[in-house]
Amino acid sequence: MTTPAETIQQFVDRDYKYGFVTDIESDAVPPGLSEDVIRLISAKKKEPEFMLEWRLKAYRNWLTMTEPKWPNVHYPPIDYQKIIYYSAPKPKKGLNSLDEVDPELLKTFEKLGISLQEQKRLTGVAVDAIVDSVSVATTFQKDLEKLGILFCSFSDAVQKHSELVKKYLGTVVPYNDNYYAALNSAVFSDGSFCFIPKGVRCPMELSTYFRINAANTGQFERTLIIAEEGAYVSYLEGCTAPMRDENQLHAAVVELIALDDAEIKYSTVQNWYPGDREGKGGVFNFVTKRGKCAGRNSRISWTQVETGSAITWKYPSVILQGDHSVGEFYSVALTNNFQQADTGTKMIHIGKNTRSTIISKGISAGRGQNSYRGLVKILKAADGARNYSQCDSLLIGDRCGAHTFPYIEVKNTSAQVEHEASTSKIGEDQIFYCNQRGIATQDAVSMIVNGYCKEVFRHLPMEFAVEAQKLLGVSLEGSVG
Amino acid sequence: MIQTEKMSPARKPVAPAPTAGQSFLAKFEEFERGRVRQSPDWLYPIRKAGIAHFAELGFPTVQNEEWRYTNIAPIAKLPFHPILERPASLPALKEIETLFIPGLKCSRMVFVDGHYAPELSAIADGIKACGLSEAWKTEARLLERHLGRYVHCEENAFVALNTAFFTDGAFIHIPANSQIEDPVHLLFVSRSSEPGSSSHPRNLVIAERGSRCRIIEHYASLPALSESKGSRSNGSDAPTLTNAVTEIVVGEDASVEHCKWQAESLSAFHIATLQVQQEGKSRVIQHSISTGAKIARIDIHLVLGGEGIESILNGLYLGGGDQLVDHHTVVDHAAPRCASHEFYNGILDGKSKGVFNGKIFVRKDAQKTDAKQTSRNLLLSDEATIDTKPQLEIFADDVKCTHGATVGQLNEEEIFYLRSRGIGAENARRMLIHAFASDVINRITLAPIREELEKLMSERLDREGV
Repeated sequence: MTTPAETIQQFVDRDYKYGFVTDIESDAVPPGLSEDVIRLISAKKKEPEFMLEWRLKAYRNWLTMTEPKWPNVHYPPIDYQKIIYYSAPKPKKGLNSLDEVDPELLKTFEKLGISLQEQKRLTGVAVDAIVDSVSVATTFQKDLEKLGILFCSFSDAVQKHSELVKKYLGTVVPYNDNYYAALNSAVFSDGSFCFIPKGVRCPMELSTYFRINAANTGQFERTLIIAEEGAYVSYLEGCTAPMRDENQLHAAVVELIALDDAEIKYSTVQNWYPGDREGKGGVFNFVTKRGKCAGRNSRISWTQVETGSAITWKYPSVILQGDHSVGEFYSVALTNNFQQADTGTKMIHIGKNTRSTIISKGISAGRGQNSYRGLVKILKAADGARNYSQCDSLLIGDRCGAHTFPYIEVKNTSAQVEHEASTSKIGEDQIFYCNQRGIATQDAVSMIVNGYCKEVFRHLPMEFAVEAQKLLGVSLEGSVG
Repeated sequence: MIQTEKMSPARKPVAPAPTAGQSFLAKFEEFERGRVRQSPDWLYPIRKAGIAHFAELGFPTVQNEEWRYTNIAPIAKLPFHPILERPASLPALKEIETLFIPGLKCSRMVFVDGHYAPELSAIADGIKACGLSEAWKTEARLLERHLGRYVHCEENAFVALNTAFFTDGAFIHIPANSQIEDPVHLLFVSRSSEPGSSSHPRNLVIAERGSRCRIIEHYASLPALSESKGSRSNGSDAPTLTNAVTEIVVGEDASVEHCKWQAESLSAFHIATLQVQQEGKSRVIQHSISTGAKIARIDIHLVLGGEGIESILNGLYLGGGDQLVDHHTVVDHAAPRCASHEFYNGILDGKSKGVFNGKIFVRKDAQKTDAKQTSRNLLLSDEATIDTKPQLEIFADDVKCTHGATVGQLNEEEIFYLRSRGIGAENARRMLIHAFASDVINRITLAPIREELEKLMSERLDREGV
């Protein structure tokens, strides 16, 4: 039988299994940022004039902004001139089907457990795969098109559906929203675009897979999802990156728009490289995600499992503008070794009878620092608004920290806002109870942690939930001491 | 603990308003030449540090995370007239008596515009209590050891300002293993009618090992105030400022009940900091009742510095009209096996605004901590607002920490329950509001204060149909 100490060691010794690098020829611009680089990116993507202008506006704005210092995370300063802002796997001319995708690339995705081919045949999940900055393959496009659903890379959307892009881009996260969003707006290279027309229920899960491959690159993708009246879509996002000693920056923007009676479900399993056990390397994940419930009875739900990244700075938010709209946020954030996470949500209640639910489960282990930062804001017009928040923290080991910073601002009397938080550790008695019934310590810890996260996992699509549970087991090192 | 604040996020330095800063410095130099010479040598560097920190910090703006919901621009705009001299004439005892708490058997220290008035005070025999300006002559060594050692001038501009300009306040020393039988009632009366006049009372309570005491720190305005007596309109309308700092040192095994009641006139500004330093196995019950002032900002900071401490923070704030009442509390668990429980209830009516920020820190070594915090808020009118921010920062793993916050109206079902038993709608409402306040009031052990507050609640409910 293994002792708890050994169990811990076993956990510790599990390595980040997605840390390989694929040798693919890539087309990159030199490091550094200037208007010329932005023009170059825009030209490479053959973008219409309005996009370039928008990028330049964002860039000029970004120059006047300062990096936010308020998050409860600490990291060395980022040199924005050393980052490569555009890197793309060298394309082969005219991709028509998956067979023409660089086999190296396909192998990469197979290694990651995302076989695009197999996915296509078996699971019926439409996948948009993005390496470094560029979308490399999108499956099922044809089938979706029959229903009027547009699901393609952002670059394609700019080319083919520029009216839609022009109409919605930046309406939820404006180009000057915050430092990283402005940076993203200036240099974003690709991302996913998804449009569900009126009354259509998307028959399959849409999924994007993000992969950073090249060294010294930043990944700046942008996702835009629009659900028209009565539409429904469930969208999944996964991410990995190679192991590198230097930190890599990932600054994405996600915008969701739900019109009357529409529903968007957005799930993330974020597993960027978290750095090694000494806290060296890892991805800086500075992401702006926001959804707008623009229509009546619309619904946006964020589910996230955050296990990777050296630093996470991320607040998927919902603006509840339409009357009777619903916003939800379910999150599991795990920090281990030297990882730091400052994550949470914002629920802005504007419309009448709007409701929001926040369930946040933080787990800190090793020297990880985990902060929940949330805002619930009930504006004057939001009669009958309702919010329930629960944020729990689980501490594993005595060198980690858990923090909660909930902000509650209420300007309407008829609002009902409740917030609860608790912090606890895995009790010796709980472990003992399991041991006594023949469950090894390692399994007991895993069981308890999964039980603790269950409330969030049950909101994930099935395949993801399984993946998330496994991931949690891998990421969790020494549980009991 | 200096580190405390360092850990909280986003403390942007605030640029001092140049003109304001200079006028304060000039005032300080003038003050220095005059009266400060009379105070002892050891105090001088402390004051000097105070003004230096103030010059550096300036008045906080809403950009400062600690002040993001409380805009003190109206205070910063006031001319600065610290009341540095003892007032030439004192109000009659009869006037002061209207502010006493009926039925409360106590020792009483009365302060007029921040200066101790022994003529109006009555201290029971055997209690070591006097004005601070006297204490720094007679108890120099004790003061030197404690005064200004616990508060954080470098972080709070108002504490810095107080440290630079304080001239008097209460000093109470409870020797080891002794107890003060009847409570001590510290009554701070502001009387000035000059806009911008400010008093900077500075209080120090030292409860040595194994001692026990109960202290009431009560702020009120003359003439004709007032909140405590029910008439809202006729307090002095001058915008004056009270900027109080109280330090309480609680030795091992000592037990202190401290009740702060802020009932200043509705044109006054009240800023106060209470710093409590607790040692092992001590017990503190701290009540903060805030009913008056146009803007009230109360910082309460507890450091639990030894094992086996129990602390209770208990607060009630009532806001009406255009009042703003802001409580910032910090409970700093610096040692293992301590328990802290915090209960704050707010009732907001009219266009008033409530702010609550409760921080709980659990240090790395503070295992087996049991910390609870609740913030409940009742909004009674459409224009009342509340911003509440409970906050936990935990660095130890074997702890039990919870916090909860609620904001809402009266519960429809509860009203229905009462109405179905033949109680009219208005009465039911009043009963429920009263009960909400009583949750907090009932934790006060001194019956006369409880009764006084219950009476005040009834009066307010009568007056406004709150």
